[in-house]
Amino acid sequence: MQINTRDAAAGVIFIVIAGLFALGTQELTIGSALRMGPGYFPLVLAGVLGFIGFVTLFKAVGKAQSPMTGVPWRGLILILGAPVVFGLTLRGLGLAAATALVVAISAYASRRATFVMAASLTVGLTIFCVVVFSYGLGLPVQRIGPWLTF
Amino acid sequence: MEILQNLGLGLATAAEPVNLLFCFIGVLLGTLIGVLPGIGPTATIAMLLPITFGFEPATSLIMLSGIYYGAQYGGSTTAILINLPGESSSAVTAIDGYQMAKQGRAGPALATAALGSFFAGSVATVLIALFAPPLTEVALKFGPAEYFSLLMLGLVASVALAHGSVIKALGMIVIGLLLGLIGSDVNTGAQRFTMGFLELADGVNFVAVAVGVFGIAEILRNLEDESDREVMVKKVTGLFPSKEDFKAAWAPVVRGTALGSILGILPGGGAVLSSFAAYTVEKRISKTPERFGKGAIEGVAAPEAANNAGAQTSFIPMLTLGIPANPVMALMIGAMIIQGIQPGPNVAVEKPELFWGVIASMWIGNLMLVLLNLPLIGLWVRLLTVPYTVLFPAILAFCCIGVYSVNSNAFDLYAVAAFGLLGYVLVKLECEPAPLLLGFVLGPMLEENLRRAMTISRGDPTVFFTRPLSAGLLIVAVLVLVVVFLPSVRKKRDEVFQEE
Repeated sequence: MQINTRDAAAGVIFIVIAGLFALGTQELTIGSALRMGPGYFPLVLAGVLGFIGFVTLFKAVGKAQSPMTGVPWRGLILILGAPVVFGLTLRGLGLAAATALVVAISAYASRRATFVMAASLTVGLTIFCVVVFSYGLGLPVQRIGPWLTF
Repeated sequence: MEILQNLGLGLATAAEPVNLLFCFIGVLLGTLIGVLPGIGPTATIAMLLPITFGFEPATSLIMLSGIYYGAQYGGSTTAILINLPGESSSAVTAIDGYQMAKQGRAGPALATAALGSFFAGSVATVLIALFAPPLTEVALKFGPAEYFSLLMLGLVASVALAHGSVIKALGMIVIGLLLGLIGSDVNTGAQRFTMGFLELADGVNFVAVAVGVFGIAEILRNLEDESDREVMVKKVTGLFPSKEDFKAAWAPVVRGTALGSILGILPGGGAVLSSFAAYTVEKRISKTPERFGKGAIEGVAAPEAANNAGAQTSFIPMLTLGIPANPVMALMIGAMIIQGIQPGPNVAVEKPELFWGVIASMWIGNLMLVLLNLPLIGLWVRLLTVPYTVLFPAILAFCCIGVYSVNSNAFDLYAVAAFGLLGYVLVKLECEPAPLLLGFVLGPMLEENLRRAMTISRGDPTVFFTRPLSAGLLIVAVLVLVVVFLPSVRKKRDEVFQEE
């Protein structure tokens, strides 16, 4: 028996998300159709999503496998990490250094990154962003944060 | 003539120096990202949304809409010259446009695309001016039951007109609706699904969702394949179409404009669907269908007119009803909310200068685009030599700064990463992210109207069927759903999208 993993995975994800939201409504008042509590509509939606998930899963069975492209693991980790690093360091390091970090990290997400290119990109984009966002648009963030001033 | 008065007010607003400047910046940026593959109008508008916070509401909407229709012009340039559509709405243009370019007729192809788009844009502007006021009148009479039914219709239609699996698109809508409910419940103040995070009390940040699901996921998808972009461009000579070209192109332009205008209004419609449908129609009614795919000028004229018309008329439901027809319109609604404007029929009544200013600016913007595109084509093409390795760190940096500046909140950046991952996984599983974003915006509205309608009817759910307007809307929604699942229609639908 063949099964289309892609559709099956989508179905499972739908069911899991539906389950999580249904669990979340446990602590909420459900109410009645007349006086709907905060949990009423989400619970209905979770039910619908769960149903859709099962249909998707059911339809995946017997459907031919579809080709899947590879996952760029290095890119995935670096690209998802960059905003997190930015969030963690912006207040401490200030706009300039945090932007430089984001650019440097993301530049290496490409398999073709070279040091010279990453470095020049970092310098160029950091200057550009600070000029445009801080001086130009008045973004209320310190340019040089407290971690870097002594 | 009230409409002339209104358009006059709109032109006066749009012609203010500051609005002219930002209209220009908008269409310039739009052309730029239209030319560059790998970044679309949705991600760009999401990134720039926070920056417009400090602008006047009209200025901000004028610039953001300029990005959207500007991208339609830019996308066709690269589709014709190097067979690389910058935007998905230009994918069909590449079929015949590139063939024309290979035959040394790139100039006429580009001019046809630009002039056809301009014609379509002008007609669509007038259509918006004509149809927006009566629709607003109707919408002002809507009660909660009608609004609920209208939203249901919108959601269902957006699935029907999207491409890919219908059932998965339905799932994406429901996920979007659920995500939209996260935060404090408006009626009781109860915290829903916040998992104890105070930052989620006002709901998940809309910009973070849009940037994550569209921007980040898009970058990741592009990183999968880093093969070289071959950029070989011949010099474009002889820009102007011949008399024969004009003769062959005018009727397809008119048909494309008509088709695009209609499809643009429908939820889930807009530029992409319009261009595909226009190409299919031209091929079907042509006396010489075998010329298509080998450089038929009709194959450039019709879809280009259609995508621009569709891009613009999709503003009608957004401006009059506060209901987005596609993700870009969802972002426009987000822009209004950031500005403290409640989207819906009241916008036209309470803020006529904003409403008409945006409409009038579209015509001015289209004029700018023709002037920008035709003489400067060489410059735009040279942009393509910018490698993606340089581009995406810039996109990411702008995303981060942009998202942070909405609430000055680091939590939103973690949300970007989380939604980027979710978006990428879903794209990998061939689930379209657009319905999710629509659901996210509409979720709170849907719930609010459902609750109000049920309270008014004292818990009687038949209210949605006994009020004629509401019943009509729901019947249409059910019909759409039934039709989409009919096997014969499904086949046709797949045919329309297969040429991608």
